[in-house]
Amino acid sequence: MYDREQLKEQAAKALDKKAPLGPDIDLMGFRTTSESYEYLSDEELKTLPDEEVQRLLLAGVDVTEEGRGGTFFQKDTSVIHCESKQEGIEVIPIRQALEKHDWIRDYYWKLASVDADKYTAAAETNLHNGYVIRALPGAKSIYPIQACLYINTNGLQQNVHNIIIAEEDSELHVITGCSTSPHSKKGAHVGISEFYIKKNAKLSFTMIHNWAEDMVVRPRSVAQVEAGGLFLNNYVCMKPCRTLQMYPTTHLVGENAVARLNSIIVGSPGSEYDVGGRVYLKKPGTRAEIVARTISNGGRIISRGHLIGEVPEIKAHLECKGLIIKGGLIYAVPELEGHVDGVEMSHEAAVGKIAQEEICYLMSRGLTEDEAVATIVRGFLSVDVPGLPPQLKAEIDKAIEMSEKDVM
Amino acid sequence: MLLIEDLQVELAGRTILKHIDLEIKPGETHVLFGPNGSGKTSLLMTIVGYPQYKVTGGKIVFKGVDITYAPIDERARLGIGMSYQRPPTIHGLKTRQMVQICARSDVDVEGLARKVNFENFLDRDVNAGFSGGEIKRSELLQLMSQGADLMLFDEPESGVDIENIALVGETIARLLEKECSATATKSRLQVRRDRTKMGLIITHTGHILDYVAVDKGQLLFNGVMSCSTNPREIFRCISEVGYEECVRCTIENS
Repeated sequence: MYDREQLKEQAAKALDKKAPLGPDIDLMGFRTTSESYEYLSDEELKTLPDEEVQRLLLAGVDVTEEGRGGTFFQKDTSVIHCESKQEGIEVIPIRQALEKHDWIRDYYWKLASVDADKYTAAAETNLHNGYVIRALPGAKSIYPIQACLYINTNGLQQNVHNIIIAEEDSELHVITGCSTSPHSKKGAHVGISEFYIKKNAKLSFTMIHNWAEDMVVRPRSVAQVEAGGLFLNNYVCMKPCRTLQMYPTTHLVGENAVARLNSIIVGSPGSEYDVGGRVYLKKPGTRAEIVARTISNGGRIISRGHLIGEVPEIKAHLECKGLIIKGGLIYAVPELEGHVDGVEMSHEAAVGKIAQEEICYLMSRGLTEDEAVATIVRGFLSVDVPGLPPQLKAEIDKAIEMSEKDVM
Repeated sequence: MLLIEDLQVELAGRTILKHIDLEIKPGETHVLFGPNGSGKTSLLMTIVGYPQYKVTGGKIVFKGVDITYAPIDERARLGIGMSYQRPPTIHGLKTRQMVQICARSDVDVEGLARKVNFENFLDRDVNAGFSGGEIKRSELLQLMSQGADLMLFDEPESGVDIENIALVGETIARLLEKECSATATKSRLQVRRDRTKMGLIITHTGHILDYVAVDKGQLLFNGVMSCSTNPREIFRCISEVGYEECVRCTIENS
């Protein structure tokens, strides 16, 4: 049993520490307890009310578990389902891991700092749960593991900590959906994620957010990729959310490690998103690519990107493209930092509108103006992710398609 | 039938087409000659219905419907199609999807693509990084899928290499139903008479005339339709004495 005393002390000192980015949130305004929910079997999972199933589908979570290699499902503070159906891939609630497995100490708060800000501190002080997903050495996941963090109680602050470990030569795919119940509009989600991609391992992590109008979201993620490892991180958020701020960081610490970060954000009115990606390239031969596509539909979006090249022979590119459709704001902040001779880094940022020429071109093929605009927007949001299994690509496309009607 | 009467068009406040009369009957194909900046592309864009080309006089009637002020998509659905010279890139939209959009129903995309040797491009974004010749084949593929009755071609042979020029020329001929042979019930002449497809082709080089039987040549000069006669005749005249002289000869003749 890991008593975490020192961590708790550190956290206690940071409970009021403001984050450098994003509006400061008074966490006192949220409740941190909820009723507990029964564990559900595979069969019981399928009997969830239809409106909940629909909300989950929008976040890429399929309760039938079809085409999934396992499921982790946390409702408020309770884990209601946790199971891996694939050999060599483990899915464990983090509280259980902290109680039973000593190895978790090598990972828990080893990349993210517990005293980074009040949110990381809160996640330690009052940890509800979260998941540990681990692919054993050489294990190859055929189907993605799905993880769902679901807020059922209005006004709840959900604190989770997730750890994903892809051991040497393994291949792991995870799709995480975060959603609120149809009745819950207000809440806070604090999620710590630490990713360990070991030598020659491959991890694809796809996160889809399906929040509600009055949600406060503060994910804190750090990844570490060892030699020859590949980290694909996809993020999709097309739904409103009062304020969301995150700046996931990836450290490429082994030669030829690769990170690709893609994000798709649609900013709805009344919503504020401050989202970025940061990659440290610390060994020769490492490569990083950050691609962000944002559409403002009346919301405010700050799209950040930061690449830090510390050694020669690294290659990194940042692409930030924004489309303003119905007012709002898009603030693109691309940053490049080369510390030595021989780095190759570039960025491309553009904020604009849909070109009339493209609309007319499609109309001359028979589409109405609305259909033409929808087609262009869909194209804009479709990002090719090399290395992503087609099934996951289809999952992302589906989430985008299902949300599209709200965008237009 | 396409009927244009006394058409006057402004672009950004400047009159670019003056008193244009043009009649293309079902089954007919015309070519449009003229120096750079004479208004050829403007005329095509006006027929397609681009809103920045403002019609200030005259009318355009297609299949008996006055389309002078109709929106682009309405004209497209009525059967007007265009092969662009420099179409925009649409990121994230695959050529395959575009061909399906053109058809407005199920279509054998692969089969059509094979005809213009374009199967390898179907999964690329529309026009993204296409060479001049690739754009032309992509445009023809879209037109084949669209099945328009009036097809407008803006310099279909420009940028096309010598190997592909025949492919482009023959595809246009096929689109315009120029290849016709007798059937069990109809003589060759009858088949020809039953043709409905209409074409208007902008050309500088005249190469297209080697592949497509053209009924009439039109010469546009300074926004004015200056000559309408045998296309070979016009092309020979322009080649020998240039556009200006060519126009003068027709003015003197009239």
